[in-house]
Amino acid sequence: MALSIAHRVTGIGLGIGTLLLTWWLIAAAVSDEAFATVQWFLGTPIGLLLLFGWSASLIFHLLSGIRHLFWDTGFGFEAPRYDQSGWAVVGGTVVGTIVVWAVGLAVW
Amino acid sequence: MVDTRHTPHVAMLRSPLSRARGLGSAHAGSAHWWSQRLTAVALVPLTLWFICAALRMTGATRAEVGAWLSSPLPLVLMLALIAATFYHLQLGVQVVIEDYVHREGTKLAAVLLVKAACVVLALACIVAALKIGL
Repeated sequence: MALSIAHRVTGIGLGIGTLLLTWWLIAAAVSDEAFATVQWFLGTPIGLLLLFGWSASLIFHLLSGIRHLFWDTGFGFEAPRYDQSGWAVVGGTVVGTIVVWAVGLAVW
Repeated sequence: MVDTRHTPHVAMLRSPLSRARGLGSAHAGSAHWWSQRLTAVALVPLTLWFICAALRMTGATRAEVGAWLSSPLPLVLMLALIAATFYHLQLGVQVVIEDYVHREGTKLAAVLLVKAACVVLALACIVAALKIGL
């Protein structure tokens, strides 16, 4: 139940995240100044917060989406499986986000 | 699918032809549901690629982004990601709007606005990616 609404909320959040991708691609296509601006913004506290929310939402929505795809094929509805996969999605999101940021901050 | 075996009044209202066509009252059948799953499956590998690509491009200069998207594989994957993402996005947001907005006019306007925005954003991303890569 909570994960179901979280799937929707992160989906909407990812829609907002695509605006960042759009800005980044257009800036890279347009000029050095435009690209420097977007790269600077993504490094500000607000930019980093947006990137953090985007990455966590993306990893959650990906894992939760895979769970939904298994349900669509008829698997994973039984009581223990349902709870286990839910916790796996939550744990996977935490671990995945930490790994992505550890790598990201290391190469930055 | 609604089970009409114990609701003969519902079964009576649907003609045998309507049931054989299986398109339901929206006349679109399961096309929306199926498109959403199809793009979801495509987005599993594309998203994993995108996360790796975003990490590679962390702190990159504009020249490095240009060199990266000039290779055929990243450019094709980026275009596929853009197409699948915006298609999946407008399908998903449409379902959310249809579930929570109940005034017909507002609902229709919101759905059309989201679809239009997704088309424009997708085209902008595609043109930008091609301009960088070609």
